[in-house]
Amino acid sequence: MNVIVCVKRVPDTEARIRVDGTGTAIDPSGLKYDISPYDAFALEAALRHKESLGEGEVTLLTLGESVAQETLRKGLAMGADKAVLLTGEVGLDGLATAKSLAAELEGADAPLLLFGVKAADDDQQQVGPMVATILDRPCVTGVSTFEVSGDLVVCHREAEGGSEVVEVDLPAVLCMTKGPNEPRLAALKGIMAAKRKPLEEKPASGFESRVQLERLDEPPPRPEGRIVGEGSDAVPELVRLLREEANTL
Amino acid sequence: MANVLAFAEQRDGQLGAAAREAVGVAATIAESTGGQVHALVLGGPGASSEAGSLGSFGAEVVAVGEHQALAEYNPEGYVGVIAERIQVGDYSAVVFAATGVGKDLAPRVAAKLDVPLASDVTAIDAAGGALSVTRPVFSGKAFATLRLEASPAIVSIRPNVFQVAERAGSGTVERFDPAVDPGSWRVRVVERKAAGDGQVDVSEASIIVSGGRGMKDPSNWHLLEGLRDAIGSDVALGASRAVVDAGWRPHGEQVGQTGKTVAPKLYFAVGISGAIQHLAGMRTAKTIVAINRDADAPIFGVADYGIVGDLFEVLPRLTEEIAALKASD
Ligand SMILES: Cc1cc2nc3c(=O)[nH]c(=O)nc-3n(C[C@H](O)[C@H](O)[C@H](O)COP(=O)(O)OP(=O)(O)OC[C@H]3O[C@@H](n4cnc5c(N)ncnc54)[C@H](O)[C@@H]3O)c2cc1C
Ligand SMILES: Nc1ncnc2c1ncn2[C@@H]1O[C@H](COP(=O)(O)O)[C@@H](O)[C@H]1O
Repeated sequence: MNVIVCVKRVPDTEARIRVDGTGTAIDPSGLKYDISPYDAFALEAALRHKESLGEGEVTLLTLGESVAQETLRKGLAMGADKAVLLTGEVGLDGLATAKSLAAELEGADAPLLLFGVKAADDDQQQVGPMVATILDRPCVTGVSTFEVSGDLVVCHREAEGGSEVVEVDLPAVLCMTKGPNEPRLAALKGIMAAKRKPLEEKPASGFESRVQLERLDEPPPRPEGRIVGEGSDAVPELVRLLREEANTL
Repeated sequence: MANVLAFAEQRDGQLGAAAREAVGVAATIAESTGGQVHALVLGGPGASSEAGSLGSFGAEVVAVGEHQALAEYNPEGYVGVIAERIQVGDYSAVVFAATGVGKDLAPRVAAKLDVPLASDVTAIDAAGGALSVTRPVFSGKAFATLRLEASPAIVSIRPNVFQVAERAGSGTVERFDPAVDPGSWRVRVVERKAAGDGQVDVSEASIIVSGGRGMKDPSNWHLLEGLRDAIGSDVALGASRAVVDAGWRPHGEQVGQTGKTVAPKLYFAVGISGAIQHLAGMRTAKTIVAINRDADAPIFGVADYGIVGDLFEVLPRLTEEIAALKASD
């Protein structure tokens, strides 16, 4: 069974984000980029799924700039079979992104489409369910593990204040959260093999963005905090401050 | 004049803070844009019983669709009904709460209506005609201000951020028959496991007690539970990734870049060092308290109040003092 995993190239989670002089972009200097963390979990789940079945292909799909090749090569080194890079602008209109991805995914020979539950840059948590809606496929979000059984998938998902077991008919879209298996590291052999795997780059079908970025701001610095004291002797003063100064107890 | 719609989420038949906040924000938008404030409630039989209460948060009309199959959330049932209500109504803006349900639901509704969505917004300005919203990006390491150039403008609002005022007025409850056909649903919930009775989700609680690797062992979590119980209701347990990865706590409790982003009024970080990925998830809390034995731990850089010391001494005392304070109230 073929699986397509949508992955996004984002600044790595260690990154300090600084807004540049224009006030509408981040300063790229010194930033390192990586596969968005939940997308890496999605890829790991796809690879395990393929390994357990012993058949099928795992394809990576990205919408982004040409440099995203780097991210795709990393995914190929982890074990994906091929990759497609749709070159185009990625803005803050998740629906425009979803339409570009859906245009490529329409009619794809892959019963399972995997997404990360959210991308670590825009945090929108929307592209996966939007693609599913456009393609009229059922979609389950917040999935930590799944098993395919016949023409349906049994998903374990995180829900508010608990968890759920959900059954979904194939073809389906799953938006993956952190699962039990850490994304694998690429071994040297994988890195060598990745160089020969197919990576197709082509222009994305572009869709107009109806979300305009007016401004980016760094979060206001938190007011200087204070050390109330050391050890349990400081507790009564802390409780007094929480009640009288912070008004939170 | 176009109206503003709030999706008012019920859970177990109850309308909670998420519903009130969505309605309150819709009412604030309508103050600038004009038009009426409508609320939409979907649920099982009896969902309408409380619906009128949304009037005091600004809803002039509360539309309630009751159907057994809508008692619990399933996108296959909810999306179509909501999209249709939005289509037949004349709405300039639609507000969801960015709860677990809202985050699952809003993008589907937006895609169905072919309009963009701004998720998890923390501020809204409707004064200039088009809706301008502010939302965290890079897990709160920056904030983006966006203008939504589509109608209706759809937003989901981050829980706990917007203050809602009670208003004079009562809403008219209008019941309608939602068209649902559960037989055709392609997604079926087979099992629901509650994390524990009456426990609040970490992304919605107004107070969070979080533990990290400094807790040493999962068996020590009773100390955090004790503090949670002493504080009272609407308090959730949180965790650092280190303790989630170790299998001590469920991922649903994880706060940070690969967990929940939270904005409670009070956040306790106990035995948590304050890695950048953790701070990203909780730095917008109104008040942060850190308990750590390392005076140089980065968590003290964002904490409003810190105690340097052994958490195994500090926590029991803190629980005791807070219990005593609550008892004397
Ligand atoms: C891609 C990626 C994503 C990540 N996402 C997240 C995320 O979402 N959330 C997150 O939290 N982390 C995340 N991390 C991990 C993060 O980098 C840290 O490793 C993690 O937050 C550390 O957890 P901790 O503070 O519990 O443990 P530690 O860093 O080990 O800190 C333990 C603290 O406890 C203190 N302590 C020990 N004993 C005591 C005692 N007796 N009394 C008082 N204090 C004591 C120590 O002084 C120390 O400061 C991510 C990392 C990566 C690479
Ligand atoms: N530009 C992109 N290219 C490929 N996949 C993407 C892109 N943007 C978002 N996605 C996918 O959609 C998920 C959710 O993204 P978001 O809605 O932006 O938080 C991500 O985890 C990816 O799986």
